[in-house]
Amino acid sequence: MAGKTIAEKILSAKSQTDARAGEIVVAALDLTYSHDGNRPLAMELLTSMGTDKVWDPSRYVLFLDHHPSPNAVSAAAHTKLREFAIAQGVQLYEMGDGISHVVLPERGHIAPGDLVIGSDSHSCTGGALAAFSTGVGSTDMAAAMATGHLWMRVPETILVRCNGKLPAHVGAKDLALAIASRIGADGANYMAIEFAGPAVEALTMDGRFTLTNLAIEMGAKAGLIGTDSVTTDWLSGRLKRDWQPLNADRDAVYAQVVDIDANTLTPRIALPHNVDKVVAIQDLPRTRVHQVVIGTCNAARESDLAEAARILKGKHIAPGVRLIVTPSSRDTMVASMQSGVLATLVQAGAVIATPGCSGCAGGCHFAVPDVGENVLSTANRNFKGRLGNPDSFIYLASPATAAASALTGWITDPRQEDVA
Amino acid sequence: MNIAGRAHCFGDDINTDYIIASKYKTASLDPRDLTRHLMEDIDPGFGQRVRPGDILVAGKNFGCGSSREGAPLVIKAAGIGVVVAPSFARIFFRNAINIGLPVFICDTAGISTGDDLEFDLEAGTGRNRATGAVIQAAPLPRVMINIVRDGGLAAHIRKHKTFQIA
Repeated sequence: MAGKTIAEKILSAKSQTDARAGEIVVAALDLTYSHDGNRPLAMELLTSMGTDKVWDPSRYVLFLDHHPSPNAVSAAAHTKLREFAIAQGVQLYEMGDGISHVVLPERGHIAPGDLVIGSDSHSCTGGALAAFSTGVGSTDMAAAMATGHLWMRVPETILVRCNGKLPAHVGAKDLALAIASRIGADGANYMAIEFAGPAVEALTMDGRFTLTNLAIEMGAKAGLIGTDSVTTDWLSGRLKRDWQPLNADRDAVYAQVVDIDANTLTPRIALPHNVDKVVAIQDLPRTRVHQVVIGTCNAARESDLAEAARILKGKHIAPGVRLIVTPSSRDTMVASMQSGVLATLVQAGAVIATPGCSGCAGGCHFAVPDVGENVLSTANRNFKGRLGNPDSFIYLASPATAAASALTGWITDPRQEDVA
Repeated sequence: MNIAGRAHCFGDDINTDYIIASKYKTASLDPRDLTRHLMEDIDPGFGQRVRPGDILVAGKNFGCGSSREGAPLVIKAAGIGVVVAPSFARIFFRNAINIGLPVFICDTAGISTGDDLEFDLEAGTGRNRATGAVIQAAPLPRVMINIVRDGGLAAHIRKHKTFQIA
């Protein structure tokens, strides 16, 4: 019998079967989570499942991350969620605590081998810790809250081997965009992706989360990275329970193997309005930037903000450019304050937003661009209208490219001598 | 269950932001209030033009992006009888089945806006009355057929207390 992928191992363990790609299983969930951003809220559907209790309150976590209360509708939803959290005895992360996908690993809620679902498509982020973490809608979440289980099709896996070493000022986001352009917006639909190879092993956990976060933009159900010493070091002091290392078997069967050469990679830009419409920065015509966003669950962690500060230190952003920095969590914000990174960014002209989803989607009611404006963002989505104005244009890039571009007012290569 | 109606065609990779923009997704708890904004950013006016019984036809990867269940809910609230595409993004696909919006996986290359289509959802077959072409759907997994037959996921869970995959 052939070996197993990470997805097959986790779904076998959680369904207590010998699960292989293509099979359908009912699996026990380790962790479930929801936020304030979607309607209906999963909690509103719980009673329709024939119960008014979450099956295990210690395994459901709520987040007020999408809307820092921009209007009365959001405020009412927040009240409902707070009351539900108290009544059910579930943990709730408040406005300003940060984005669910960032906070959960940071605060030790996710262990390698866990099966996790969130009612948000970017729930695939947790896969950087070798957890099978995936997004669902509100009705699936309500069923999971009622039963502690979910049916799943065991996905085939695409192995993405990142060979070589990323050059200076080329980062995880550039790698992620390069992979998205190779696989395409639906190339991994119904499948999982395992990211491996020396260029992935060399990434910090911050960079690994950037990679797995983008898996959904290739259609993937999960983006997975096996555990190693980087995982162990990062989890030390965060995770309060025992865990076992988890990697794919050497003889695991993959649906497809994609090889990426990191040595020759240059900064990448996703063009409006598709994440997989990616060009190398040297091939991009001169492009004006009106607003730069360093934020979202893709790339606004401590090292992302530090990378931007390195470029902006002692300088000021170009006239006519807005720079919005949304630390992805309270922990990120505190660490960036203590290191002086936030002071550097603010002195350079940045606006600091509430840790959370601000600056990602128009539903967050923040940083909406004007007609005809270009936005350069470290986000994971550049769909037409994503930021609340269908007549604006969103480009996606790394934190280094974002900072360099804020400095000049044009999309700028962070390897350029005057900004590097 | 048989459905017949007029086709409205869209392209590949229609994401859930296009189906219902995120600026509206919390605007109302009743999806019927949002139907006028359906597809607004890519086809302004569609939400006003679409009529109950119409059929939404798309290219590959329909419903990609955000997990928002508002997307299939607003399509259903607009009275669209079935969404037809060669492939669906997995979260949208599950959401649609869970809330009782019929989906039909088939080749849509030969269908044009305005074509008169008919589908037998149980049999997984259909016909383009405009061209005479016969349409064959890819079968759904057993668990999804069970959910559809029970009238959606909530009814399915109330009945079985778990998921019936066999």
